[in-house]
Amino acid sequence: MNVFICMKQVPETPSVEIQEQSGTVVRGKGKPVINPSDLYALEEGVRLKEAHGCRVSVITMGPPEAEESLREALALGIDQAYLLCDSQFDGSDTLATAYVLSRAVHKIGEPGTIICGRQSTDGSTGQVAAQLAQWLDMPFAALVNRIEEVSEDRIKLRRLDDEGYRTVEMSLPGVISVVKEINEPRLPSLRGLMQSKKAKIPVWTAADLKVDPARIGSKGSPTRISSAFFPDRTRQAELLQGAPASQVDQLIDRLRSAGAI
Amino acid sequence: MGSEVWIFAEQQDSRIRSVAFELLAEGRKLADSLQVPLCAVSLGHDVTGVEELIAGGADKVYLVDDASLADGDEDMLTEGLVSLVREHSPQILLAGATSLGNSVIPRTAASLHTGLSPNCTRLEIDPGTGLMMQTRSAYGGNVMAVMVCPDQKPQMATVRPHVFKKAAADASHTGKIVKVDFQKQGVTSRTRLIEAVKELSDKVKLEEADVIICGGRGMGSPDNFQMIEDLAQSMGAAVGATRPPVDDGWVPYSQQIGQTGKTVSSKVYIACGVSGAPQHLAGMQTSEMIIAINEDPTAPIFDIATYGIVGDCFKVLPLLASRIKASRE
Ligand SMILES: Cc1cc2nc3c(=O)[nH]c(=O)nc-3n(C[C@H](O)[C@H](O)[C@H](O)COP(=O)(O)OP(=O)(O)OC[C@H]3O[C@@H](n4cnc5c(N)ncnc54)[C@H](O)[C@@H]3O)c2cc1C
Ligand SMILES: Nc1ncnc2c1ncn2[C@@H]1O[C@H](COP(=O)(O)O)[C@@H](O)[C@H]1O
Repeated sequence: MNVFICMKQVPETPSVEIQEQSGTVVRGKGKPVINPSDLYALEEGVRLKEAHGCRVSVITMGPPEAEESLREALALGIDQAYLLCDSQFDGSDTLATAYVLSRAVHKIGEPGTIICGRQSTDGSTGQVAAQLAQWLDMPFAALVNRIEEVSEDRIKLRRLDDEGYRTVEMSLPGVISVVKEINEPRLPSLRGLMQSKKAKIPVWTAADLKVDPARIGSKGSPTRISSAFFPDRTRQAELLQGAPASQVDQLIDRLRSAGAI
Repeated sequence: MGSEVWIFAEQQDSRIRSVAFELLAEGRKLADSLQVPLCAVSLGHDVTGVEELIAGGADKVYLVDDASLADGDEDMLTEGLVSLVREHSPQILLAGATSLGNSVIPRTAASLHTGLSPNCTRLEIDPGTGLMMQTRSAYGGNVMAVMVCPDQKPQMATVRPHVFKKAAADASHTGKIVKVDFQKQGVTSRTRLIEAVKELSDKVKLEEADVIICGGRGMGSPDNFQMIEDLAQSMGAAVGATRPPVDDGWVPYSQQIGQTGKTVSSKVYIACGVSGAPQHLAGMQTSEMIIAINEDPTAPIFDIATYGIVGDCFKVLPLLASRIKASRE
C-alpha cells in the first residue's frame, strides 16, 4: 500500500510582526523545522512501512528551503519526498493548500492511507487534513491515537473525541490526522542521514500538477486577513503583599467575595 | 430580506450540546444587525429538546431526522449539511469547535468552496460591508487576526465551547420547526463506529467548573502536583494543567488547558507555577478572576492576572488549602 504523509515546514518559534500600515502579518524568521505534529505522522508512516511493507512518501507544499525538512524526513526512513513549490501557491489558505496537496496525491497515484498532523504551529487551523479528504472525495478520521489494524482496503483505528475515544473502521483510500499520543518519533539513523543527502526530490510547480489557476494562491483562497493586532495583555495584577500567611488571608477575602468559597 | 444566519446545533446521544446555545446567543446579535432570521440546523435521530433552540433565540429550526444520523457519522453529517446549505444559501454558518465540528465543518466548507475561520473569539458584522469579521488567534497565540470571507457564501466560523455565553432561555420567543427529509441516496458512509468509550471521571468537569486550579511545570513533580489536587478538593474546584505536566505524564491530556488543549472560561482561575505562555493564555484568558502564584515577579502570567502572589507555591498552597478546610469546619 502507498502511504502519503503531508508535512509542513514551519518556523521553530512562531513569531510574527505586524506591518503597521497595511495591518498584514509577516511571518517571523525563526529557524525552519518540521511542524512538530507532523513528526508523529512521519513516524507512523515509517512504522507502517516496517510492519506491512508499505511504500511511504512525504509531500510538502512550501518554499525551496522546505527541501531541507524533506531530507530530514527521508533520513527517518521515508522512501520518497516531493516538494510542491511555485510562487503561484503563495497566499493559499487551507482550502487552496488542501487542493494543491490533492493534486499531488493524484499525480503520484494509487493512494492508500494519507496521514497528516493534527495542526500546524503557524497556521494552526487544524483543517487542512479534513479539507484534503474532501478534495479527494475520501473518508476522514481526525485525532487518531492508535492504528489497530490495516489491510489493503480497510483501517481500524482509535480516535479521540470530546469525551473519550472511539474505535472506528474506515475504508481505504482515506485520510487521517494523528495526535502525539500515537507514538514516539525516532531520531534519524546515520545511514538514513547519508542516504537522504543523495536522494532526488522532485519539485512540482502549478503546471506540473495541472492545477486550476483560479483555485490556488490568494485568488483561490476565500478567506482574507482584514487586519491583525497583538492581543491585549494588560490586566496587570494587583499584587498581594506581606508574608505568605498574610497573602493567603488577603486571597481568601478575594475568593470569598467572588463566591468561590 | 437577506439570507439567513445559521448555527449548527450539534447533538450527542440525541441531546443538543450546550455549545449550540452559546452559538445562538452570538448568532442572534449577528442576525439582528443584519436584520435577517436566525436559524438552527439539527441533524440527528430522535433529538430531544429541539424547542429549546427556539427559546435560545432561533427563529427557525431545520430539523433533519434520520436513523443514519444517530451516532455522528461524519460522511452523513457532512453531506446532509452541504445539501441543506445548497438549498437555502444562508450567508453565515457558525458551529462549535468540538471534535466533531473540527472535522465535519472544514469538510463542509471545502465541499462548498467557501472559507472557514476556526476557533474564533469574536464575531461581528462590519456595518459598511455587511461582512462577518472573524477574530481568531494565530501563530501560537502571538497575534490576533481578523478574517473575512468577502466573495463566497456562507461565511463560516467555528467557536470553541465556553468562549461565548449562552443567553437565558426566553419561552416567549417564537419560531418554527421545519422538518427536512434527509436525501441520503448517493451518500455512502465509509466509516463504521465499532465502539465509543467515555473516559470521564467523576471529578468536576473542566469546561463546566466555576473554579479551576491549574498547575504548571513550577509544581516540579507529580508528588507536588498533589497540592493542586488537595486545594481543588477543598474548594470543589476542577484541576487543570499546562502542557509540560501533561507531556511528563503527571496528569492526563484531558486536563491540558491552552491552544492544543481545552478552552475554559471559569469564574475563578488559580494558576500555580505557570509562566503564562501565549499558548496557555489562549485557553484561559477569558476567565473572570485570574489569580497567579509564581515566584518570578516578571512572569507574563502577572500581566493578565487580577490578583498575584509573588511567592513559592509550596508554601502558599498548603496554607491556602488548610485555611479553606478550617473555614469549612
Ligand atoms: C504548538 C504549541 C502548542 C502548545 N500548546 C500548549 C497548550 O495547549 N497549553 C499550554 O499550557 N502550553 C502549550 N504549549 C507550551 C507553551 O509554549 C509553554 O511551554 C507552556 O505553557 C509552559 O508551561 P508552564 O507555564 O507550566 O512552564 P514554564 O514556562 O516552565 O513556567 C514555570 C513557572 O513556574 C514558576 N515556578 C517554578 N517553581 C515555582 C515555585 N516553587 N513556586 C511558584 N512558582 C514557581 C517559574 O517562575 C515559571 O514562571 C504549546 C507550545 C507549542 C509550541
Ligand atoms: N503546506 C503544507 N504542505 C503539506 N502538508 C500540510 C501543509 N499545510 C498543512 N499540512 C498538513 O495539514 C496538517 C494540519 O495543518 P493546519 O490545517 O495548517 O493546522 C499539518 O499537520 C500537515 O500534516
